[in-house]
Amino acid sequence: MSKGLNALAGLLASVFLTLFGLVIVTFLIGRVMPIDPVLAAVGDNAPQEVVERVRQEMGLDQPLLEQFLRYVGQLLHGDLGRSILTQNPVTSDIARYFPATLELATAAIILAALIGIPLGVWSAVRQGTWIDQTIRVVCLAGHSVPVFVLALLCLLIFYAMLGVAPGPGRQDIIFQDMVPHVTGLLTVDSLIAGDWDAFWDALAHMIQPVCILAYFSMAYITRMTRAFMLDALKGEYVITARAKGLPPRKVIWLHAFPNVGVQLVTVLALTYAGLLEGAVVTETVFSWPGLGQYLTVSLMNADMNPVVGATLLVGLVYVALNLLADALYRQLDPRVR
Amino acid sequence: MTAFSQQWLLTETPSSRSQAAWGRRYRAWLALRSNTLAMIGLVVIVTFVVLSLAAPLLATHDPGSQDLANRLARPSAAHWFGTDELGRDLYSRILYGGRVTLGMVIAVVVLVAPLGLAIGCIAGYFGGIVDRILMRVTDVFLAFPRLILALAFVAALKPGVESAILAIALTAWPPYARLARAETMTVRNSDYIAACRLTGAPSGRIILRHVAPLCIPSLIVRITLDMSSIIITAASLGFLGMGAQPPSPEWGAMIATTKRFIFEQWWVPTIPGIAIFMASLAFNFLGDGLRDVLDPKQR
Amino acid sequence: MLVDIQNLRIAFESRSGIFEAVRGVSLHIGTEKLGIVGESGSGKSLTARALMRLLPTNARVTADRMAFDGIDILNADEKAMLRIRGKRAGFILQDPKYSLNPVMTIGRQVTEAWKTHKGGGRKEAREAVIDLLAQVRIRDPHRVYDLYPHEVSGGMGQRIMIAMMLAPDPQLLIADEPTSALDATVQAEILRLMEDLVSRRGMGLLLISHDLPLVSHFCDRVAVMYAGRIVEELSAGSLAQAQHPYTRGLLNCLPSLIHPKSRLPVLNRDEAWLQS
Repeated sequence: MSKGLNALAGLLASVFLTLFGLVIVTFLIGRVMPIDPVLAAVGDNAPQEVVERVRQEMGLDQPLLEQFLRYVGQLLHGDLGRSILTQNPVTSDIARYFPATLELATAAIILAALIGIPLGVWSAVRQGTWIDQTIRVVCLAGHSVPVFVLALLCLLIFYAMLGVAPGPGRQDIIFQDMVPHVTGLLTVDSLIAGDWDAFWDALAHMIQPVCILAYFSMAYITRMTRAFMLDALKGEYVITARAKGLPPRKVIWLHAFPNVGVQLVTVLALTYAGLLEGAVVTETVFSWPGLGQYLTVSLMNADMNPVVGATLLVGLVYVALNLLADALYRQLDPRVR
Repeated sequence: MTAFSQQWLLTETPSSRSQAAWGRRYRAWLALRSNTLAMIGLVVIVTFVVLSLAAPLLATHDPGSQDLANRLARPSAAHWFGTDELGRDLYSRILYGGRVTLGMVIAVVVLVAPLGLAIGCIAGYFGGIVDRILMRVTDVFLAFPRLILALAFVAALKPGVESAILAIALTAWPPYARLARAETMTVRNSDYIAACRLTGAPSGRIILRHVAPLCIPSLIVRITLDMSSIIITAASLGFLGMGAQPPSPEWGAMIATTKRFIFEQWWVPTIPGIAIFMASLAFNFLGDGLRDVLDPKQR
Repeated sequence: MLVDIQNLRIAFESRSGIFEAVRGVSLHIGTEKLGIVGESGSGKSLTARALMRLLPTNARVTADRMAFDGIDILNADEKAMLRIRGKRAGFILQDPKYSLNPVMTIGRQVTEAWKTHKGGGRKEAREAVIDLLAQVRIRDPHRVYDLYPHEVSGGMGQRIMIAMMLAPDPQLLIADEPTSALDATVQAEILRLMEDLVSRRGMGLLLISHDLPLVSHFCDRVAVMYAGRIVEELSAGSLAQAQHPYTRGLLNCLPSLIHPKSRLPVLNRDEAWLQS
């Protein structure tokens, strides 16, 4: 019992330290930039006394340590500052943009897992055959293709040439602001509203970006599943299961695979976090109004508060997912329970 | 390779340390040579390097010279890959773009690999508080997705090739440190390290001569596989306007400036895209093959 | 006759050529207890696994004849093998730490063996499994049923393996070094249990070991393997009459309380043993 408590304390300490590091790094990013944040806020032509006043208001005349403490204090109050571009508090901007990214990433991870895991298992079972080789090449290609190239080509082929897919954006203009905002996930919200046309429209707009993101993460999931499965299939308990007279299907899925499932949880959590990164580029191409686009647009305009806020949020999600993976790991593996 | 030297390489009873080392490398090469994908990758990489280095000789046009009368032209005898939005020759720009990409990849690896190796080996060898501090720092950097942290860094510095290299390097070292640490931990307590210590070798010498070399094979595999992701990150930064700046013929930036022509003159943004894909795939093929050869336990 | 093997050969292909690990083994087993003894690498485990067709895919198996109860194992399809494995022949591996599935409860693993071959409802299966666990003398079968393999000792693990392999009532039990991973004090206990169950159920037993006296103690007949061949076959009672120098060498290396020696001899291997 005390051993478990110790492990928990260690985990919490490490999470706390990682979060602290995150805060320091984001603070530095926000401060070392060459563009004067004051000038960015008030404009180049503002009179000197206005600049000075705003500088004091923003606390930028204080020593660095002072500024840092102020930054931490604001964070603890859930205050990420104001975006110069949108004039809104960063937190409310993020609350508006993040669900769009979440919707994309969640759909993509589900698709990627549903295809990637069986492919990885198949590849391992048929190790060394042409099936294994084909899957290997498909996966390596998935690792190698830049997401934005794939996205552009998809738009070219399916939207412009074949006309089977809708264009960029999250929904058609006629559905704009028609669905009442509940969760921020358009598919869910339209279902709640019972608006099937809006639902199909939202779904159709998701297909392309989701497939691209899913391919990207599937490549990784498949490779890892294959590696884990190869290891598991070497286990003596697999011989036992075969000696019992179980058919290969049961040996693979009931005996070898559950041993892999534990490790796969970690892989899925990491992949999910990685999808947030892939979303940055994908969203730019598909004009998807999500966190990635918010981040890049702010970057181009040297609007640092949103950049710091979004970076911090993604870092937080990373840490949270790692924690979740760790917790699930403890739940799933009887040996560490 | 003559029969004599092959025999010298493959002998079971090498007579010197260097003969044993070369024999081992030659065997690894033989194993790699039988891996079709890896050889395809290697050939593409060598071609890519040669083309980039010889770009001034091979280019048919000046990559910067504009010809607005002849913009967005289809591939032809005069312009093998066509021309871009300012009438610049795409073929020549792709060649010169290879130099930019290659330069960035090499710069990142030169910065990152020794740093990661040093941090990992030191953390793994000394353990205790040193290990904990170094690994905590590593964890912080691992807690960010690579591209987003790189984007934030570039924005904080100044968009450009140098900042992009620095930003990618800053985000790329943690996995190397982790890897080197893990390898170091497995050998730290072995008897031959203890023997070294007993003869009075200082820690620095043990790490440099006995620990670090053992981390090299898995590090090489990791670097090769990582090169493809460095290429993609660099191109993504360029695409988002945070990497190499126009008019530099960087592949990602080329796509960014021409992406609005995707529906009409689709080849203009597609050709640099294919270049990125090929370069990245080649490194993945080679890295995958190298892993099978150098790192059999990870297969 | 349950098992009839004639001139079994198992070879492995590798980069440096073909290596023949089993080189012409002939065996037959009836409803009896046969022990195969040999050092590691002598091919005894491979022979047993070939009988269940559980060899790795890169193994090349040839034989003049390999039959289980009249069924030709060399040419049987996988479906026919599924009716032999588990159902008619059980197979116990060396170390229960690795041979039991770590993420499945013991009850589920034994139940699975029972249900695969006997069918039946969940309740019926549970009762049968509890009974089986009691038969292998596990004191608290209801508790053990819900445990995971890492929660039981090695000896207990091997009892569970025996229960699992006996569940479908097979005619033959193959045990591949079933006690070498266990503490010396538990070894005899497990072997005695196995012998007892096999005799009571009228089954055949193929016991593979490197421990010649131990095997001769529990088996009717002993086959001695060396370098992929059976060099000698004896009835367990007549070990003293062993002819082959390898067998005699093995016996000579044993310390004895009745005829103490100041120094145990070392086994000198003769190149000629590889030929014969």
